[in-house]
Parts: sequence; C-alpha cells; structure tokens
Amino acid sequence: METRGDFEVQLEGMREYYRGGNTRGASWRKSQLRGLGRLLEEREAEMNAALEFDLGKHPVESYRDEIGSLIKSVNYALGCLKGWMSAEKAKLPLAAVLTTAEIIPEPLGLVLIISSWNFPFGLSLEPLIGALAAGNVVVLKPSEVAPRCSSLLANVLPAYLDPKAVKVVEGGPTISEQLIQQKWDKILFTGSARVGRMVMAAAANHLTPVTLELGGKCPAVLDSLSNSWVREVAVQRILGSKFSACAGQACIAIDYVLVETKFSSTLLELMKVWISKMLGENPRESRSMARIVNKNHFFRLKTLLEDPNVKASIVYGGSMDENSLFIEPTILLDPPLESGLMQDEIFGPLLPIITLKKIEDSINFINSRPKPLAIYVFTHNDSLRKRMVAETSSGSVTFNDAMVQYVADTLPFGGIGESGMGNYHGKFSFDTFSHHKAVVRRSFLVDFWFRFPPWNDHKLQLFRSMYLFDYLGVLLTVLGLKKSKQD
Amino acid sequence: MAGEDKKQQPFDSKAASSLVAELRGAFASGTTRSYQWRESQLRGLLRMTDEHEQDIVAALRSDLGKPELESVLYEAAMLRNSCKFALKELQRWMMPEKVKTSLTTFPSSAEIVSEPLGVVLIISAWNYPYLLSLDPVVGAIAAGNAVVLKPSEIAPATSALLAKLLGEYMDSSSIRVVEGAVPETTALLEQKWDKIFYTGNGRVGRIVMAAAAKHLTPVVLELGGKSPVVVDSGINLQIACRRIIVGKWGNNNGQACIASDYIITTKDLNELETFYGKNPLESKDLSRIVNSDHFTRLTKLLDEDKVSKKVVYGGERDPTKLQIAPTILLDVPRDSLIMNEEIFGPLLPILTVDKLEESFDIINSGAKPLAAYIFTNDKKLKEHFVNNVSAGGLVVNDTTVHLAVHALPFGGVGESGIGAYHGKFSFDAFSHKKAVVYRSFMGDAAIRYPPYTNGKLRLMKALLGGSILGILRALFGRS
Repeated sequence: METRGDFEVQLEGMREYYRGGNTRGASWRKSQLRGLGRLLEEREAEMNAALEFDLGKHPVESYRDEIGSLIKSVNYALGCLKGWMSAEKAKLPLAAVLTTAEIIPEPLGLVLIISSWNFPFGLSLEPLIGALAAGNVVVLKPSEVAPRCSSLLANVLPAYLDPKAVKVVEGGPTISEQLIQQKWDKILFTGSARVGRMVMAAAANHLTPVTLELGGKCPAVLDSLSNSWVREVAVQRILGSKFSACAGQACIAIDYVLVETKFSSTLLELMKVWISKMLGENPRESRSMARIVNKNHFFRLKTLLEDPNVKASIVYGGSMDENSLFIEPTILLDPPLESGLMQDEIFGPLLPIITLKKIEDSINFINSRPKPLAIYVFTHNDSLRKRMVAETSSGSVTFNDAMVQYVADTLPFGGIGESGMGNYHGKFSFDTFSHHKAVVRRSFLVDFWFRFPPWNDHKLQLFRSMYLFDYLGVLLTVLGLKKSKQD
Repeated sequence: MAGEDKKQQPFDSKAASSLVAELRGAFASGTTRSYQWRESQLRGLLRMTDEHEQDIVAALRSDLGKPELESVLYEAAMLRNSCKFALKELQRWMMPEKVKTSLTTFPSSAEIVSEPLGVVLIISAWNYPYLLSLDPVVGAIAAGNAVVLKPSEIAPATSALLAKLLGEYMDSSSIRVVEGAVPETTALLEQKWDKIFYTGNGRVGRIVMAAAAKHLTPVVLELGGKSPVVVDSGINLQIACRRIIVGKWGNNNGQACIASDYIITTKDLNELETFYGKNPLESKDLSRIVNSDHFTRLTKLLDEDKVSKKVVYGGERDPTKLQIAPTILLDVPRDSLIMNEEIFGPLLPILTVDKLEESFDIINSGAKPLAAYIFTNDKKLKEHFVNNVSAGGLVVNDTTVHLAVHALPFGGVGESGIGAYHGKFSFDAFSHKKAVVYRSFMGDAAIRYPPYTNGKLRLMKALLGGSILGILRALFGRS
C-alpha cells in the first residue's frame, strides 16, 4: 500500500511527463487509442470472465454493453481525432481587418476518472478514450465493488498504454477520498448523487471542473399501441432494458413503468409471457440475467420488498437467494408511491408498474420528481411526443426504445439536476477533457487610432459607429460629415 | 410602496428561499420559454441601456471615477452589442440540432434540444459592474431561464441603478435583483439553483462552487489571474506600447481581469519605458481605485522593500482621491508580493529574461491566467506561444481585444475559471443540451436480448462494427 507521500510523488511525475509535451501529438494519442483497441480484442475472454465473476454477466450481455460498445468508441475516436484536434476558425466582423480568430482545443493536464461497478469496463474506458484523445495524463480509479474487473484493469492497462501517462489506482472509499483531495485539472465521476456531492465539494477547493454522471429513476411511459406486434416489441424492449441490463443495476435502466389503468392487465400478461421467453425457466443458470453485485445491495433490495404494502403489490416473481445473490425478475403493480421502492433509484430487477387515468398524467408525475438521466416513451401519438420533449427535463429522451442512446456517438450522454452535470461520448468526451482556448492574432499594420486616449467626443462617436458595425457612419464621422451625439 | 418595504427587511435565508420558490413557480408556468418572451426581455435590456446611458455613465463615475468613454464603450456599447447579437441569432440558437445516427441505432433519428435550466443566479463583479451584471443575464434570458442578479455592493451606485432599471424594464415575475453584501450573498448561495454564474476572484469562486456542490448545481466561474505580456524585439514598439497601455490603464486603470498584469521581455528592451514616458495619460481619462481596501492593497504592493526602488515611472498616489498614477517597475524579484497576486491596478512590473523562450516557463510555472499576450513578428515564437501557453484566451500582437469577439468563448482554465460565455457560448452556458432519439418499432428487437446465442453475438459484433458486409455474413450464418 502506497503512502500519501509516494502517491503525491507519482502524481507530480505524471504532471512532469505531461509538461514535457509527451501526450500532445496526434501520434501519441492514436497509439493510446490503438492500444485500447488491441486490449479489447485480445483480452475479451478475460474481461468476460471478470464480468461473470463480479456480476454474473453473460458474455453476450458483456459484449453488447461494454466490450462491443468500447470497440465502436475507440474506432470512432481514431477516425475523428484529426478533426477534433484541429482549430476551429471563428467568424469575425469586417471591421476586424487583418485579424484572425480561432478556438484551439488543448488538454487540461492531469485528470481523474472514477468509475462505477455495474459496467466496470465501459464506465472506466469510455471516459479514458476521451481523456487520451484529448491529450491528457490520466489516473483511473475503478470501483472496488467489482474487484476482479478492477484488478484486471490494473494489470493489463500498463501493457497496452503508456504507463507514464495512465495509472490505475485500486482501492475503496478511503483511497477515493484521498484521491479527490488532490489537485486535478478535471474529474469525471460516475456513481451516486451522494458521492457526487462529495466529489464536487472536494473539487471546489482546487477550482477543478467536474463531470458527474449520476442516476435517478428513469421512467418508461407506455401509451396505447396500435397492434399486438408493436406491443410485443415494446414489451421486449422494456423488459430488456430492465432485467437484461445488469439485472436493472444500470443508471439508464428503466426504473418503473407508467401505463393507463385500462392497459395494465394486458401489459402484465405480455410481460409474464416474454420474461419466460427471454430469460427462460432458470435465468440464474442461463445467465440471461446478472446477479446482484454484493450483499449490501442484495439486502438493500430485500428491504425494499419487505415493506408490507410493497410486498402486497408483487404480481410476479419476488423470490431471492442470498447465497447466489440472485433476485428473480419481479413485477409490482401500483406499490405505494411513498415507499422506498418508489422514492429511491431501485438499481435492481424489481419493476413497478404505476397506473394512471390518462397517459398525459405521466408528464406531471415525472415533473414532480427529480430530473432523471433518461425518459423513455413508447407512443405513436405525435402530440404526446412533442409535449414530452417540451414539458419534461431529463438527460435524454428516447422514443419507442430504451438505453440505445448510450451507443449513439453523436449524442451527449449526461444528466441534469440530480442526475448529473456535463456529458461525454463521441466528441463530447474529447470536449469534456479539453480546454477550448480562444486565440486572436492581430497585425501591426492596422489600428484604429481612436482606440487610444486622450479621449474626446470625436473618438467616442467613431466608437459608437464601430460597435454598430456602421461602416458608413465611421466614414462620415472621419470625413467630419457626421456629428457626435453630444453636439 | 411595496418595493421600499422589502428593502427594509433583511434579506435572509427565508427571503432567499421564498424568492427562489416564486421564480420556480414563474418558470414552471412556462412564461420564460417562449421566443416572444425572450425577445421582449432582450429588447427591454437594449432600450434600458439606450434610454439611460447617461445614468449609467453617472453611476460608473460615482463608483469608479470611470471616464465617460470607457463607460460608453466598454460597458454600454458592449452590452448593446451582446443584446443585438442574441436577438439576431436567437431563433437559430433555439432550434434543435439534428445529428446523424449510425448503424448501431438503425433505424432512428436524433437531435439535441436546448432547454432552459430553470432558475439561475448571477453574481457580478465591481469593475465593469454594468456589463458583467447584464452580459450573463443576456445569455440566461436568451436560453429561457428565470434570473436572480446579485450585483456587487462594491459598486453601489450601479447596483442601485440596476435594481431600479431592471424593475422598470424587465418582467419582474421572472427577473429580479437582490442587492447586498456577504449576508445576502450567503443567503442566496444556500438555495438550490439550476445554475450559478459568478464573476470575481478565486477565493470567493471556491466558496460559490462549494455551496453549489451541496445541490449539484453546475457553475460558471469567471475568475482572474496574472495575464502576462511577452514582448519580443524586432517589432513596432510604438504600436505595441500603445496597445499595452490602452489594455492596461485604458481599462479601468488596470482593474480588469484581462488587463496586462506584467511584462516579460529581454534585457535589450529598456526603451520600453521611454515609450511610456512619451505617452502621457491625462488624469481625467483614468478610473480611480475602487475603494480604500484596494488602495491599501495596491500601495502595499508598491511599498514592499524589495520592490520600492524598482519604480521607474509614476508611483504617485493620492489617498484622498483614491488615485494611483500609472506606474512601471523594472526587474522586480519573482518572489515579491506584486509578482504573486493578481495586481488589478495601475502597476505594471517588467521582468527581464536572457532569452525570450524562458518567458514561457515563467508563465507556465504559475497558475493558468485568464489571458496571455505576446508581441512578436517571429512566426516560430508565435506558434510556440500559442501551442504551449495555457490560458483562457491568447492574443498575438495586441491585448484584451478577444473580449469583443462574439464567436470566441470567453472564460478561464484552472485557477482562472470554469466554463465560458459570450455570443452563443452564453446561450449554451445557460442551457441543457438534451439528447432526443426517435426509434422505430422495427429493427433489432430480438438480437439485443436474451436468450443469448452465438448467432446473436456474431450479428451484434457486426452491427457495432458498422460494416454492412459483416452484418450480411452474420445474418447468413458465417463469421
């Protein structure tokens, strides 16, 4: 175990390495991205094994949610890097003769990435792609709650990336607390709002900018749908975005469903049919569903169901096995809204169905709660669609599906209010780890003599015209044909 | 009158919390979201500035002794321009931005929608009290938010003028001014805002960010630093000096966040001082020091032992009028007080180095400033400077002008700040960029979900890899 002193020496070493300009060139950045690409290709089997050990994930789920998505992101960054790194010309008014202006992205320096346990590779490496593409040196702190994944990252990253520029620090809350007290040029944190507050408070001491990827209760609004085929697609997508997403332990998983009372029994029947089709008779054996990550979370979820009113609302599933940390897919119909289940982010395979008189009531329902990371709406109704976008606020809104926004490289991924601040993915990752520096270049040749004191009304009038880009006015004033306002 | 009653009561936590609740109600009613409202408020700011320019000039003279031309140019005209630019672009800014979608989400369409954050707090500074209060307000309004503005109490005439004028010209259901000092600001900072925009110094910036952290409120912090000017040989010294002079003493007598703080040049440029001598500044063209605290602070910098003999021009001061003459110091020690805090006044130290390249190390060894300037004709030196000096913004062969370019983000990095504004960056600073995806019911329903099979894995690999051939292969059973 390193002492604080050792650790600070290491950080200073990383800053030195950064100041030496080693991470600035496109070729270094590309080499790091290619290194990540090779890691993902060569270590897929070990990564799958670690995910199975820590979370009971099936390799297809691991590929879909983490490895495959990362490969896509690495390739995207490699393809776009040159464009991202290039300066962006800024438009200047005509008056700015012989002047150029541009915005140049530069790295921030030494950045800290704190990752979460539910997608331990995805949530560590997706930000890392952005940080390296932007030319920074990085300390990565994976979650200790997924220990096999954490130690795999600590072991393999040095083999594929520049070890002077990327360091993995393993450990628990004490280590995290020590880390956030250091001076960073940026922190990207994925986790709970409670810890997010602590990270931002620590960052405030150093005026460190932060991106906080937090969570919330992501609702799925299910409107009446035209035919049974479409209904079945919707149900599969809803079930998949709950039970198949790390058993509901995902920030963008569907937390609960809102549906009109008259459709709730149809919905329930469809769900029962499809759960058994998708997850099989023994989801634990088939690993078609992940397990609960640890005893803490297992008991947290168990407690949510122990509330007698909540228990009474269970209409499917509910059984739990402490030894295997497995909770079977569970559906509840109208559990009490003040229960823990409906107040806190569930982060588990418990799916409440809340019934409403009219589907439009879902807008007020959502707005009376903290802003979620995502809202999902299944509907054909164009006016409901427009109202949802205009009248609710969330990190994102997806229509007729769920969770797919995660793999879209052109969309910012981030929250608002309690669900977070800042965003990343695609170019947003590059931008979040960059400083956009304004650069103006002037010539010695041209100047407006009236810029300088001593001041008089004549100069003032010239300025009035200049600022309005009233070139004719300038000309007339210079020729003495236009008087100042004061005259 | 109701307004005056409110003034007598202390503005405490309870008052702050009910103010926020009131504005949240106004925001929730949707008032601030329409294009018409935003446009009318921006026009209100414009009319207000036009119709009361003389009152603004008078308030700035009272608070800072600011020369009329500086008030008109750097405060009124710039604010007007900001309003006009926002009015011109508003419709475009408000439109959602369509984005391309790829095979991974096929079929789908997507866009990024800008929505207001809600109720925002803007805390302003004393040196450009009109501009730095209202320029962020322009962005907040353009983005459709409800706003509370807290002007600086160190510029009390402007603060009172803003409270009066905004009350008259703006929609007070959604735009309010709270005057006051530390207690009022503390009460405001305890509340939950959807964004806090602060202009000022790093010490208070930390307090603002710590308060914001309690509510997970995002912040923009426009702070300061020591903006250096590197001066090379072989340039038109007269023009360079003029530009440096106006950027320093022509800007509120050096009390500006992007004023040149100190000069670094090579030993052969002692002539620099003589040029200043040749460009006398009339005293009525200069702002005074804002208050006695800052006056004392600045005289302390001047009178420090290591530094007092280094004055080569100026140095005169008048405590009764809070005036300090433009002052130049040569070769001050790097560990002196004056070289270790932002000067924010009319003192200009000149450091000399053997080779100009050393100046980059000097700059980079300190905190990242809000701005950095270089005067040179040497192309290599220019590019080296641009690529290796980190600051909020850089200007080659001039100072401070980047402030006026709407198309450039104005903000700091590291100790000089977080976030940026001006032009569209103001609109963005007060907006949430919401991702919206429209999916069809057709598509990949089955392969994403269990039961998981190798065939699904192959197809998924091909889809995420984005290659049509790969997909065809996977669909037809080969890989």
